[in-house]
Amino acid sequence: MMASSYSAKDEDGHITVSGPGGGTLRNKKPENTAFKQQRLPAWQPILTAGTVLPAFFIIGLIFIPIGIGLYVTSNNIKEFEIDYTGDDTSSPCYNCAQNFSWNNTKSCTCIIPFQLDQPYESNVFMYYGLSNFYQNHRRYVKSRDDSQLNGNIDSLKKPSKECEPYASVDNKPIAPCGAIANSMFNDTLKLFYNDPNGTSVPILLTSTGIAWWTDKHVKFRNPGGNNANLTAVFQGTVKPVNWHRPVYELDTDPENNGFINEDFIVWMRTAALPTFRKLYRIIQKNNNMAPTLPRGNYTLVVDYNYPVRSFEGRKRMILSTISWMGGKNPFLGIAYITVGSVCFFLGVVLLVIHHKYGNRNNSANISN
Amino acid sequence: MYTYRPVDTFKDEDVHILDREERWFERGVKEAIYVKRKRPSLNRGGDVTWKVKANDRPYHQLPEFKKKVFLCIKKSKYSGNAIKTYKYNVITFLPLNLYEQFKRVANIYFLALLILQIIPEISTLPWYTTLIPLVIVLGITAIKDLVDDLARHRMDNEINNRKCEVLLNGRFQEAKWREIQVGDVVRLKKNDFIPADLLLLSSSNPNSLCYVETAELDGETNLKFRMGLRVTDERLQEDHQLADFNALIECEEPNNRLDKFTGMMLWDRERYPLELDNMLLRGCKIRNTDWCHGLVIFAGGDTKIMKNGGKTRFKRTKIDELMNYMVYTIFALLILVSAGLAIGHTYWYEAIGTKAWYLFDGKTQTPGYRGFLSFWGYIIVLNTMVPISLYVSVEVIRLGQSKFINWDLQMYFAEKDTPAKARTTTLNEQLGQIQYVFSDKTGTLTQNIMQFKKCTIAGRSYGSDPFYSKIQPVDWSWNRYADKKFQFMDHSLVALVRSKKDKDAMEFFKLLSLCHTVMVEHKDGDLIYQAASPDEGALVTAARNFGYVFLSRTQDTMTIREMDQEMTYEMLALLDFNSDRKRMSIILKFPDGRIRLYCKGADTVIYERLSPNSKHKETTQTALDIFANETLRTLCLCYKDISAEEFEAWSRRHKEAQVTMNDREAALDAVYEQIENNLMLIGATAIEDKLQDGVPETIAKLAKADIKIWVLTGDKKETAENIGYSCSLLTDDMEIHYGEDVNEKLTRRQASRRDDPQAYRRGKKKTAEPFFPGSNKNALIITGGWLIDFVDMACECEAVICCRVTPKQKANVVSLVKKYKKAVTLSIGDGANDVNMIKTADIGVGISGQEGMQAVMSSDYAFAQFRYLQRLLLVHGRWSYIRMCKFLRFFFFKNFAFTLVHFWYSFFSGYSSQITFEDWFITLYNLAYSSLPVLLVGLLDQDVNDRLSLKFPKLYIPGQQGTLFNYKNFFISLFHGIFVSLIIFFIPYGAFLQTMGQDGEAPSDYQSFAVVAASSLIFIVNLQISLDTSYWTFVNCFAVLGSIAIYFGVMFDIHSAGIHVIFPSVFTFTGVSSNALRQPYLWLTIILTVGISLLPVICIQFLSKTIWPSVGDKKYEMELKEDDDKKKPSAFQRGRRSRRSAYAFSHAQGYADLIASGRSFRRRPQAHGGPQESIREIPRRELTENDRRYEV
Repeated sequence: MMASSYSAKDEDGHITVSGPGGGTLRNKKPENTAFKQQRLPAWQPILTAGTVLPAFFIIGLIFIPIGIGLYVTSNNIKEFEIDYTGDDTSSPCYNCAQNFSWNNTKSCTCIIPFQLDQPYESNVFMYYGLSNFYQNHRRYVKSRDDSQLNGNIDSLKKPSKECEPYASVDNKPIAPCGAIANSMFNDTLKLFYNDPNGTSVPILLTSTGIAWWTDKHVKFRNPGGNNANLTAVFQGTVKPVNWHRPVYELDTDPENNGFINEDFIVWMRTAALPTFRKLYRIIQKNNNMAPTLPRGNYTLVVDYNYPVRSFEGRKRMILSTISWMGGKNPFLGIAYITVGSVCFFLGVVLLVIHHKYGNRNNSANISN
Repeated sequence: MYTYRPVDTFKDEDVHILDREERWFERGVKEAIYVKRKRPSLNRGGDVTWKVKANDRPYHQLPEFKKKVFLCIKKSKYSGNAIKTYKYNVITFLPLNLYEQFKRVANIYFLALLILQIIPEISTLPWYTTLIPLVIVLGITAIKDLVDDLARHRMDNEINNRKCEVLLNGRFQEAKWREIQVGDVVRLKKNDFIPADLLLLSSSNPNSLCYVETAELDGETNLKFRMGLRVTDERLQEDHQLADFNALIECEEPNNRLDKFTGMMLWDRERYPLELDNMLLRGCKIRNTDWCHGLVIFAGGDTKIMKNGGKTRFKRTKIDELMNYMVYTIFALLILVSAGLAIGHTYWYEAIGTKAWYLFDGKTQTPGYRGFLSFWGYIIVLNTMVPISLYVSVEVIRLGQSKFINWDLQMYFAEKDTPAKARTTTLNEQLGQIQYVFSDKTGTLTQNIMQFKKCTIAGRSYGSDPFYSKIQPVDWSWNRYADKKFQFMDHSLVALVRSKKDKDAMEFFKLLSLCHTVMVEHKDGDLIYQAASPDEGALVTAARNFGYVFLSRTQDTMTIREMDQEMTYEMLALLDFNSDRKRMSIILKFPDGRIRLYCKGADTVIYERLSPNSKHKETTQTALDIFANETLRTLCLCYKDISAEEFEAWSRRHKEAQVTMNDREAALDAVYEQIENNLMLIGATAIEDKLQDGVPETIAKLAKADIKIWVLTGDKKETAENIGYSCSLLTDDMEIHYGEDVNEKLTRRQASRRDDPQAYRRGKKKTAEPFFPGSNKNALIITGGWLIDFVDMACECEAVICCRVTPKQKANVVSLVKKYKKAVTLSIGDGANDVNMIKTADIGVGISGQEGMQAVMSSDYAFAQFRYLQRLLLVHGRWSYIRMCKFLRFFFFKNFAFTLVHFWYSFFSGYSSQITFEDWFITLYNLAYSSLPVLLVGLLDQDVNDRLSLKFPKLYIPGQQGTLFNYKNFFISLFHGIFVSLIIFFIPYGAFLQTMGQDGEAPSDYQSFAVVAASSLIFIVNLQISLDTSYWTFVNCFAVLGSIAIYFGVMFDIHSAGIHVIFPSVFTFTGVSSNALRQPYLWLTIILTVGISLLPVICIQFLSKTIWPSVGDKKYEMELKEDDDKKKPSAFQRGRRSRRSAYAFSHAQGYADLIASGRSFRRRPQAHGGPQESIREIPRRELTENDRRYEV
């Protein structure tokens, strides 16, 4: 029974297909499909008062709370910033800045005391900030060899042309090559807490976990795979011109040395704008209830190696706590509040206008 | 009976117009024509230079007939008979096609860009971002051109390989058309197409008569006859005679005049004049003639039909031109911006760059040089301002629109199984901008079928209204001669005739069967009438069906069958029709000796000549009014009994007049006038020139859409005017101006211009007063040959009808309007005579499904019925235009919004031509992320559906005014783009300035910034197109969501670890998207960016809809009101002004001359053709007079 009914259906279908099918060979009649006749079912939205006005109000109502939330969050974040460029004669780093020379092998140290008015809880993040530094200049951005950084041996031996003029010295390849690597930030920042009882306690600065996971594990790899002996791996290469140490001596920890040194990785992630900050260290929170950085006096000790005065740049050290939305940044909160308010206001204005003019065009409803 | 025309008087018709200067209108002269007296002379040297020697091919290769082709290469000036319409061959295709394509500015631009990108110094984008799209664009276009050209090759081959018989080596051999050469003698059979312009030598018919159908040439379907010279008729019947034929033909150079030919045949030291009557022109078809011989005078490209074909012009739409100008504007903008940024870079480098040790690149380039490099770098970076995919997308959209036209069921003509066809895919949006429609009449507006619809006999009207058409048509089975196709609705008239009681009715049909110039042919027991005009044929056929069958005629007798008895009448005189007389008469001697004159003619002329005793004047008049209002073509019929003496006296005068040397025609007219008086009215006939379906409605619709319709026809004025009324082109509220009156107005205008030329120049349009004061609607009817700079005036009119125009003139009219009005024109026609105007107009439409294909072949769009024009224009055209405009506006916007972000970024990147986005995003942005939704809008969007666009033709007007896409819109798009790019850059800028991620890492890096900006852009662009989409189908929805999905999909792929490991230097954004987009802060940035970009647009759109409703909305409102108003008074609108100029004679003179000459009735001694029953041997008279031979 099943079979017979199935075959009948099949036959039936066959006939109906072949009938008109044979016909269409001669027949040039276009197909009557919704698509070909441009009759696809469609929704024709019209901007009416009924849709636009509520939209404005709703957007206003959503944006303003978000803005307030952002603003409050941003305000609750504690941030401390020290400019240690040393432009000013009163600055402790003035001498270092003045006496800077590329040939100095010995670094100049300056000590900057500062005071935190509030205790910093949870993890505190330490940044260095540079201004007027065009890390986004086209030639600068290009001047790297990602293949080399990814641990490619060939590229290590023969860096890409993009790296010029920092590709090789005396026919020896530079590792890591390029202008970005060459200009890596090399100030050393140390932080001391001046105990009220007069002792200076060094604060433990964690230098790992400051780079993106993908950068650390995918994008940057030391050549030679897991070969622990980086010195051997980088044999035959020379250090970048401006560096004091070769790349395999950036850190003693083999997990943070060579191309996968996180300071290096952070530097290599070029900034979008000429004023930028980069994560330098993390001050891990204590296990006890005490704040990570209690209120009090601190000393910042800087090994001043990085010249910025020549191009009128600035150097800063920033301490900041972090919220769910990141660091302190009132911009977005204010922007949201503004946009939300404007929306709300516009909604009111449009409502008035609609009431004034709306009746005039009631008949112009095309959707009959 | 034929007499020489006096050659020494300088009458109009004796002046042969050699050529009209084609661009006379530019010089402002009335008309520049070069004339020559008609009588051809060999002594005048110079103007008769075309020499053809029969059966002598080498003769035409003589050096004196060579012309310089290229440098010193010379070629015979006689073309071969092969025609060539294709553009490329195998070798020339690639270079020529590439050359043609690189004529396009955009292609050159991208080529230049490609070259720039190869230079490493300035290469800011990888080279493949330009090469791949460019290759795709060129490839698609090349393939399209190739397909087009292959079709042309096929057509050419088919025509060139047609067979015909050529006399070679003394006998006729089959040859291909391409092999025919000037001077060859060819033999053609019945229904053959004529392969070249031939001189008719002899034919199977008596007197070398040859019937041709000239439909391909002038659109007229009635047969015309051509006559061989008497000398060739007599001496060139046999093959060997033809082989020995060695005449030398001298004639004018090839030209495009279809209605003139002059030449001279020199044979056996005698000279014979040649006229157009002796010529068989290429494109015609041999009909009713078993075979004929002709001598090739013009071949191939020299033939009149080919000379008449205008050059194939590359048509472009207005939008195309505008788009090009906008691309130029963008170039200028691009150069300006790049230059500005380059200068910026120069200063920046001096101020900062030189000091920034970290930027040291080992090169000692001056800041100026660096600025120069930066300029080129920015040219490359900002090149996306000119969207590379613009042209491909436009082509795709147009292709889609064309497909929709092809697929439209409502433009499919089931009867002939012809769907509409868009033959070009480049002009669609132009269909939405048409301002002028030029239409052919015959075959386009009308079906060229004349139907005997009604009549009034002795004051009683017969023939029912179409409203009562439920009545069965009359059954003609009682009449074995009846033409089965003939339909008549009124049974009472048949009954009346069959009862034989009504003398008037009998007389009525007797007149119809006798008073005409129709020729009859018996074929398989059936009668075939050959009429000079379809009207006359319709009348005789009507009489035949009513039992008065015209059987045969000789030179001076006519035989008809009156119901069941055969009667033969002696024809005493035939007073033929001409356009001044507007009537024709025949004087017959009845078997019983009575002499009676039958006359039929236009009511105006007949009523003047009626006898005061004539009855039924008033009633007939009323009937005529009714007929005319129904736009039927009317003729009055009347008779007059003449006494033998009276006729005798008149006959003498007639004979005298016939031999008058001076002004014979005037003399004859005067004589005719003397006998055609005191007529007794019998009745009137009403013939319907059947319109194509839906023509009046279509014309009314188009007129409502502010489209001006001009009818260009070869017909005479009255016919054209009548048709104008019947297809509601002319309406009763119009004031009709005829060309003759208009002349006066123009002269006045010109005079005033002469008198005060400065005022004219100064004031421009202001001083030009309207030609027609008053607010009446105007209509203009002008005659061809008279075409002055009447454009201004004509364009003031709602409707214009040009009659008696040649194909060339049709084209001239079109180009005149195009030139002076800068208007978008459309020509529609069906025949070869319309080819020229179809090619000239911005858009050519051919009526397909007809016999001739020339019009369709040269058209841009083809469909089967005129009425589809309204759908083509008001629906497809309008949609195409709106879609294209929307598409272009948005396309420019989205590229500005995209590209200008780089511009803002350059202020923060030292003007170093650093790109804001990832280069893969730049490559794919136009290709994958943003094009599909806008492409779909370009393909599918409908602001209102087809029903409403047809219902409210006024919605078409914005297209004509071009308000949806112009420089204003362009700059709005530009500013919108600037605004959005500003937002896209500065909101993330503000957010990124000192941002940190939630895990403390600082995502203020370039790559995260690029991803945030790109994501914002993708959201904004896709949501913006959603806002602009007014017809949301699931496809659109799918495309918008799909584009966003594709963006994220591709981005996450490109940013994935796997692909970086494989290509570490190509995909460098590893992990950016995952790192950046998991930050709520950045999402909030994106949302804010999108919100700020879109909300103002929504606000402005809403405001403009509320405060300033769009033109469409307003019109819509007006329409609604108008509709309401119209419903009421329509019931009272019956009292229409009567117009009764309508009468049913075709423009051609009848066959009276031919009948009178008796040439067609003489049976040939050696019977070549089948002997025809009706043709009886009649001794020829006045043979010598008939022979038009000059003895020079």
